[in-house]
Amino acid sequence: MLLLQTILSGVLIGLVYALVAVGLTLIFGVMDIVNFAHGEFLMLGMYSSFWGFALWKLDPLFTLPFTALLLFGVGAALYRVVIRRITDAPMLSQIFTTFGLMILFRGLAQYFWSPDFRSIDQSVLTGKVAFAGLQFGLPQVVAAGGAVATTGAVWWFLRFTRLGAALEATAADKEAAALMGIDAQKMFALAWGLGAACAGVAGALLSTTFPIFPEVGANFILFAFVLVALGGFGSVAGAFWAGILIGVVEVVGGYLWDPAYKLVLVLSLYLLVVWLRPQGLMGKA
Amino acid sequence: MSRAVLGRTIALAALGLAALFPLVVTSATWQNTAILMLMVAQMGVAWNILGGYAGQVSLGHAAFFGTGAYVSTLLALRFGLTPWAGMFAGAGVAAALSLVIGWPCFRLKGHYFAMATIAVGEIVQAVVNGWDLLGGAVGLSLPLHPTGFWPMVFNRSKLPYHYIALGLLLFTLLVNWLVTRSHVGYYLRAIKDEPDAARSLGVSLTRYKLYAIALSSGLAAMGGTLYAQKELLIDPGSTLSTGLSIKMSLVAIMGGVGTLTGPVIGAVLLTAIEEASRMGFGGTGRGTDMVVYGLLIVLIAVYQPSGVLGWIKQRFPASAPAAPPAPASPVEGAAP
Repeated sequence: MLLLQTILSGVLIGLVYALVAVGLTLIFGVMDIVNFAHGEFLMLGMYSSFWGFALWKLDPLFTLPFTALLLFGVGAALYRVVIRRITDAPMLSQIFTTFGLMILFRGLAQYFWSPDFRSIDQSVLTGKVAFAGLQFGLPQVVAAGGAVATTGAVWWFLRFTRLGAALEATAADKEAAALMGIDAQKMFALAWGLGAACAGVAGALLSTTFPIFPEVGANFILFAFVLVALGGFGSVAGAFWAGILIGVVEVVGGYLWDPAYKLVLVLSLYLLVVWLRPQGLMGKA
Repeated sequence: MSRAVLGRTIALAALGLAALFPLVVTSATWQNTAILMLMVAQMGVAWNILGGYAGQVSLGHAAFFGTGAYVSTLLALRFGLTPWAGMFAGAGVAAALSLVIGWPCFRLKGHYFAMATIAVGEIVQAVVNGWDLLGGAVGLSLPLHPTGFWPMVFNRSKLPYHYIALGLLLFTLLVNWLVTRSHVGYYLRAIKDEPDAARSLGVSLTRYKLYAIALSSGLAAMGGTLYAQKELLIDPGSTLSTGLSIKMSLVAIMGGVGTLTGPVIGAVLLTAIEEASRMGFGGTGRGTDMVVYGLLIVLIAVYQPSGVLGWIKQRFPASAPAAPPAPASPVEGAAP
């Protein structure tokens, strides 16, 4: 029973990891750029929730749509101002651009909001959910539910809307898509906006249970990398399933073995998979 | 004056400056900054063999630097072995480790390789953090020795560390230069620029990448030993962090990736900027130093990805046709 409880807890957190990774994989799939600053989008989402709560007593759940819009704006603006200039640059300068952005965002957060740990201590979401003898915290359940809904919405958008199809077309073949009249610049900005919004929503969902501080993204970016590589670069469905797998491996591994080695376990699994199957579990070769 | 002669003159002047600096400037802060520059430069030059010449961007090189620090320290603590020998032992262990890591990771290309090396670096850090034999998160401290050559401990003056760091940097540059002159260097550049063509001509890509990672990590490990001896205290946070891995690659990129002296220029610049922003803003604890650092990385990566040496080449193109070997190679033209 305890093991089942542990496994399901892993699934819950894994679904949130998956949402962070969906944003990352979207950007990578469309542009072939790894966004090292992705964890900082999550951090901004958390702070957006925190300030809504601290200044106006608004619950993170109510401010969530605003957080999503705000982060969409941040992502799209970042593309327009910075990323646009490195679309065709060598890989090295792409890596270091987003890496520099990561440090810059952390520094700015520390400058404006101090390095203190913050938390949202009152939320409409408190208490437990009991289900068939198992118990889960309500915030975790809501976070997982919100993450699934958002991931599903992104998947639906890519699959069933014209704009989503245009985005997928750009990811598949930039030149051919341009010949069909799709503005690649717009699609890239859209990918960055959506990617940032996904991470921001994940941050908002986590803001009631996680401490909020400028470097909080570091905890999530490694997992997002693992998920993206495991699921296959650019694959939303792959990131989703990989999220569940990694969440379970992390929580069950920490329970059976030693919590200190959770990260080692997850990263070793990742190395094993990229070695045996470099294209990821669901990626195209 | 031709460019090669000019370059050589500048390099000699820089060497003279580096040798005389601690004799002229007696402020402990400045002397320490100079040692830091030399040590960071040495790391960058070591990284450059793999990341610059072979084009395999490693963001986990701190694992090798830390291996050097831990191996020599453990040997000194357990068996009283002099760090002069421990330095080479550490290099050997790091090179062996790098082959184990490199063999599977070289199946990955580009971004995938870079991300895998981050994972490797994080794994090594997490393992050492939890390993009691290695002191765990607290780390290891070397016993308080009186000043002496063999234990490589100098308490009274920082001068010896300065000259050891300078010597190690020159040694690393020499190895680097020998590599670029040998057939290995030509193969590495071929692997970086035209991997498919190189393979079709019968160059074993993996074999030469393994040569590069072994050399690169062995040299980085020697820097780790020097760090351990200078600080007399090592822990995972200071010797194995991903931040350190980033710094090694960053100095190479700032100065000019895949060039002999680029990382040295980058190390001098980056250390100067870091120290200046730390002195200027760091005390406020408001992260201003991080803002400056981050902004700088973005600006260089976006506007000047070929680094300082690349900027000089664009700004002052060689008037005479370059020397016989292809002018496209940055090593021959810019390096003194």
